[in-house]
Amino acid sequence: MRSVQKLSVALAATATLLLAACSGSGGDASANGPVTLTWWHNRTTEPMKSIWQGIADDFHKSHPDVSFTIEPIQNEQFQTKVPLALQGNTPPDIFQQWGGGSLNSQLSSGKLADITQASSSWIGPLGQSAQGWQVKGKQYGVPYQMHAVGFWYRKDLFSQAGVTSPPSTLDELNAAVAKLKAANLVPIAVGGKDRWPDAFYFNYFAIRQCSVDALKKAVEKTELTDPCFTKAGENLKAFLDTKPFQEGFVGTPAQQGAGSSAGMLATGKAAMELQGDWNPDVMQSLSEDKQLDSKIGWFPFPSVPGGQGDPKAVLGGGDGFSCTSRAAKACADFLGYLVGEEVQKKLAATGSGLPVHPAAVASLKTETHKQIAEYTAKTPHLQFYLDIAMPTNVGQALNDAIANFFAGQGGPDTIVQSVTKAAAGNK
Amino acid sequence: MMSTATRSRPLTAPSPHAPAAGGARRRSRTRTRLELTFLLAPALVLFVGFVLVPIAVAAYYSLYSWNGFGPLTDFVGLDNYVDALSGDVFQSAIGHNLIIVALTIIVQLPLSIGLALLLNRKLRGRTFLRMVVFAPYVLSEAVTAVIWLLILQPGGFVDEVLRGVGLGWFVRQWLADPKIVLYTLFVVITWKYIGFGVILLLAGLQGVPAELREAAALDGAGPWQATRHVVLPLLGPTIRVWIFLAVIGSLQLFDLVWIMTLGGPANASTTMVTYLTDHGFKRYEFGFGSAVAVILFIICFTFALLYQRFALRRDTDGALTRAVN
Repeated sequence: MRSVQKLSVALAATATLLLAACSGSGGDASANGPVTLTWWHNRTTEPMKSIWQGIADDFHKSHPDVSFTIEPIQNEQFQTKVPLALQGNTPPDIFQQWGGGSLNSQLSSGKLADITQASSSWIGPLGQSAQGWQVKGKQYGVPYQMHAVGFWYRKDLFSQAGVTSPPSTLDELNAAVAKLKAANLVPIAVGGKDRWPDAFYFNYFAIRQCSVDALKKAVEKTELTDPCFTKAGENLKAFLDTKPFQEGFVGTPAQQGAGSSAGMLATGKAAMELQGDWNPDVMQSLSEDKQLDSKIGWFPFPSVPGGQGDPKAVLGGGDGFSCTSRAAKACADFLGYLVGEEVQKKLAATGSGLPVHPAAVASLKTETHKQIAEYTAKTPHLQFYLDIAMPTNVGQALNDAIANFFAGQGGPDTIVQSVTKAAAGNK
Repeated sequence: MMSTATRSRPLTAPSPHAPAAGGARRRSRTRTRLELTFLLAPALVLFVGFVLVPIAVAAYYSLYSWNGFGPLTDFVGLDNYVDALSGDVFQSAIGHNLIIVALTIIVQLPLSIGLALLLNRKLRGRTFLRMVVFAPYVLSEAVTAVIWLLILQPGGFVDEVLRGVGLGWFVRQWLADPKIVLYTLFVVITWKYIGFGVILLLAGLQGVPAELREAAALDGAGPWQATRHVVLPLLGPTIRVWIFLAVIGSLQLFDLVWIMTLGGPANASTTMVTYLTDHGFKRYEFGFGSAVAVILFIICFTFALLYQRFALRRDTDGALTRAVN
């Protein structure tokens, strides 16, 4: 008897505690009247942290009814925090959104706001950039900056090895690799430990091999059954067989320390790296070299003979925000402000990504970034990273299969099957 | 334990004046109840809220195919468990954990005992040496992992030292070679946790009476015999507790591996918990991840129960396992 009483005391106490925890504020903000937007973004460090704060302050000045509670959250934490928040009763009003398959998964929470209507007046200039944040033709967020992947290279090492111009075809790339090897240099650094840098290679070989239709269908149906993907895998195999990477590349991190792939490029220990436009910032943080910017150049992934893909198609993605339904109107207005010319110029000047508004390209910090932005703006097809475009579980399974392939396990068919398997729910 | 204590009190306290004693008994019983409520409730609430409820919820989630968003609608029964246990990667993850468990007991235990015996002797700079051995344990796993990631990188500190002392032929791709990455990680784990074992065993050694060793010496036992037949048996309880903690720790290995290799290359260093994190949080397969968590829980819990029952019982007899009458 006594223990029953004890248990009931304990249960009552637990219940009280849980009730107290669950009864958060459930206020509903109507379209009019003052509203405070909770904003989760991933810029926890300066200078971007203050820049976001400044942009929110400016918006508040012109829209006194809208105030902000800003919570910068460390990038990796979004993976765990967003599902929990969307499952709860008080999700943030604006939160970091990378689009594609994870956006699609988040939709089943029913908390994301459809901003198709609210964004119609200002979304035009974004063009195909905005597509990654659409699901079935509806807009569930917008990017505020885009990213594009290409080859970063050391001009000094290229001339040391006698490579006169950046390669524009796969044959030229192979020739450059051979020359760099002959000069005792590491031709290409890759951060194989992190897996996603490996995936860039398969993605690009697929983009060069497959028609835009085949790529779109693959993402739509979550399958890589078109033979062009197997061919892409074979091309990748042939490329890996030239052994273009540093020794032990499957254990190399992409961005941590001087021994990382970005660090190797920054310190002149490798000549090339296939990476996103963010790489100069990462490299600068790993190097004391103040002249680094002038030593680094960029060229797009070379064309591959025999493919049906567009040689000018670009692999990329972007950083964006989504709104939840509580204060969708105010949130959408704010997103419109973020992608407008004024803020876009301000963001472009920070060099943290490519602007989504064409008018802001001129404000980019370096010539190289302008080159990338112009190249990306003209591309006939901007292919979202396959792992982001597909449902999250499938994308990760694909990246794992590619990383295993880099480590010598499996073949082109295992990569193709990994997607089919994961889409069918097999582990 | 508590209920045993309260139940036995009336028996051991004879009551010459029945009515008065009855009143006192009632008062003391109320008081005991109040004490129990106040002292146990906070811990009990925390334990129920943060241990039992999450386990129950995970077990519930594990029966669904669920990506973490929206309601649980796709009931799949035990499919998640079947998928996990029949998957190559998870099987190899369990294997990796078992290898770490075995290595821990085979390598770390003798090493800890040896160091503890050494550091228990009177020698110059003993306090300093003890501190040195214990220092890595104070570091967080994340810091340890980052430090070792840097010194193990190709051409890094370890490689250069090996080349410097003429052992260049021994240099390997410590974290990139699927065949040796697990053992590299084990070395780092040993470096980090050896101090804990040593401190624990040193404390145990303080409980070995000097008289016993003297008596053994008088009876003609050499240092080795005295250690083997007097000191080690008396260290038994400490060693058994250490093994318990080490096995549970090895089964739950995560931070070091996640930071140093992410379970790679090609799943060569995947552990049960990195597998769980990979699927639960990176792939948004929360139902499946919960199933893996439940499997891990069952493995740890079964081990804990069996170990308590068969190995720790003699050490804890009367305190945990059986009521004292």
